Amino acid sequence: MNGLGHTARNILDDLWRTLKLMARNKVGFIGFLGLIGFILLTFVGPSLVPLAAESHMADIYKPPSAQHLLGTDFQGRDIWAQIVHGGKDVLIVAFLAGIISTTIAVTLGSLSAVLAGLFDSFIMWMTDIWLTIPNFPVLAVLAVFVKLTNVWALALILSLLSWPTLTRAVRAQVLSLKQRDYVEAARALDLGTRHIIFSEILPNMMSYIAISLVFSMTAAIYAQVALVFLGLVPFASNNWGVMLSLAWTRGAIFYKDSLLYIMAPVTAIALFQLTLVWMTRSLEEMFNPRLRTSV
Amino acid sequence: MSAVTRSSVSTGLSLPIPVLLRRIASNFILRRLVRALITIWIVITLTFFIIRLMPSNPVDIFIQEQMSLYSMTYDDARAQASALFSIRMDQPVFSQYLDYLGNLTHGDLGKSFKSFGTPVSSMVAKFLPWTLFSVGLSLLISFTLGMALGMLMAYRRESLLDHILSTIGSVLSSVPNYLVAMVLLVFLGVQWRVLPLAQMRGSMTPGIQPGFTLEFLGDILFHAAMPITTYVLTTVGGWMLTMKSSTITTLEEDYVTVARARGLPDSRIMTAYVGRNAMLPLFTQLAISVGFIVGGSVLIEAIFVYQGVGKMLIDSINQRDYPVMQAVFLIITIAVILANFMADFLYSWLDPRVRTTGGSEA
Repeated sequence: MNGLGHTARNILDDLWRTLKLMARNKVGFIGFLGLIGFILLTFVGPSLVPLAAESHMADIYKPPSAQHLLGTDFQGRDIWAQIVHGGKDVLIVAFLAGIISTTIAVTLGSLSAVLAGLFDSFIMWMTDIWLTIPNFPVLAVLAVFVKLTNVWALALILSLLSWPTLTRAVRAQVLSLKQRDYVEAARALDLGTRHIIFSEILPNMMSYIAISLVFSMTAAIYAQVALVFLGLVPFASNNWGVMLSLAWTRGAIFYKDSLLYIMAPVTAIALFQLTLVWMTRSLEEMFNPRLRTSV
Repeated sequence: MSAVTRSSVSTGLSLPIPVLLRRIASNFILRRLVRALITIWIVITLTFFIIRLMPSNPVDIFIQEQMSLYSMTYDDARAQASALFSIRMDQPVFSQYLDYLGNLTHGDLGKSFKSFGTPVSSMVAKFLPWTLFSVGLSLLISFTLGMALGMLMAYRRESLLDHILSTIGSVLSSVPNYLVAMVLLVFLGVQWRVLPLAQMRGSMTPGIQPGFTLEFLGDILFHAAMPITTYVLTTVGGWMLTMKSSTITTLEEDYVTVARARGLPDSRIMTAYVGRNAMLPLFTQLAISVGFIVGGSVLIEAIFVYQGVGKMLIDSINQRDYPVMQAVFLIITIAVILANFMADFLYSWLDPRVRTTGGSEA
């Protein structure tokens, strides 16, 4: 019992130290708080804010009021409720795509650096080629042939986007870490390849991997919303991309009162992207072992 | 400690530098050219296999449709498909592939489904120049502007100007370009009615005579203004921030200190010493940037109804006009690959270290 309380305290202490580290970079901390805000909004929010599916023809494009915080859309439905309910898919797909492409990149990049030789040349050659092919047209064309009706299929296609850049970056990082003194020392002590990779090299790359994950998430959001907006991914449910597409075709370009309907998803997506980019600054400090010990 | 470092350095540079340099330099451009050609070939091959061999590929779908809609026989429908895709269907797949490659080298990209029988190549010829024009001009503007502002920020480090520009740059470069385009259009065109957006649609006013007249140039700039503004706004931040950090690193180099000690004028140091060297990382980024802007043009052109290849791709996807889709995709990719090759060429011209036999440059 006592031991359990002790470990719980340790974990709390760790958490507190991590938070303090993150708070060292103000912009990064704002990003971190923003991310928590977005997660609460999209995962807890839907159970608090009801989504009205039926249309109210009397309330079309109403300005903001106590009843409708952001006013109503072209069918008289509450815009704020749609924002709250529309983020879940976007966040989940972005996160999955980020995880998949980071996993591919870390595996291929570190293998490339460790194995060297022919394998390395082949992987680098592949990334070179993939980097010169414009991503978004590939996605748009692929979306015609592959039925992207579930979250996983979409995430898998989107993860095609950022793996080459990440792979190259991871490879460069591993190559430079391989030359460090402590890795040489571990090798001289004959600690084994697995120990060297998992205990010496990877921990020193954590900040790098975390930041890459976040950047591949932003790339995934960019492409995902764009595909939904162009109608290439048939999402029946509520989604910021669907809102954007409806707002665009049902009023934004000719009807003045529809300003909030288009600006709501635009702001949500742009803010979420900014939040992620800002958060990377804190991640840098959080995972950097040299900064960590100095606190 | 120092002994370990020295040994690791010497293992890292086991090849003598001049030999290594000569090996890379002697055929830098040639290697890039070969790589560009191989990339084009891979893209062409992939497109062929997607169009022709994937389960539920467009050729089979087209044949099915023709048979059920117009009660054609299988052979007639197949003949129709083979004319539209310029593939000889009665041949084995491999010789179909060779045919396809052969046709492409003649510039034969097949025919459109929807605007019946129009050769795709003539459609591409009509739409491609506008994308090249708007994207090329935007790149030029944002590259130059970003470089100038980045240098300014590096020279005035930690000043108010630096902080303001850094913030604007990082915000603009993290917001997706199509959102910026929508916001521009909604506010300038619909809310404030500052711009006559309906007139700005398309790539030029109908009836105007193309040529090197002031009227024509003004007109095409008027129509391209919104896409160009969007591309520049969303890319300039990246150039600016890269240029700033690269200039700061270059300013600390020994040769800059030496140049200062020699009493060279600041303007000369800024252009010939700092500028030229600080620019190099930007050229490596140019490759990725070209691909990104051209890829993004699909969205931007759709939003502003600008008649370029990006809009052509989206229209053909929405109409399931497969030959057009396939051709536009190829054209976009090849354009990007060629642009990359040009960037490599420029890089080797700017940085003699990658092409000369080494030793002459400090």
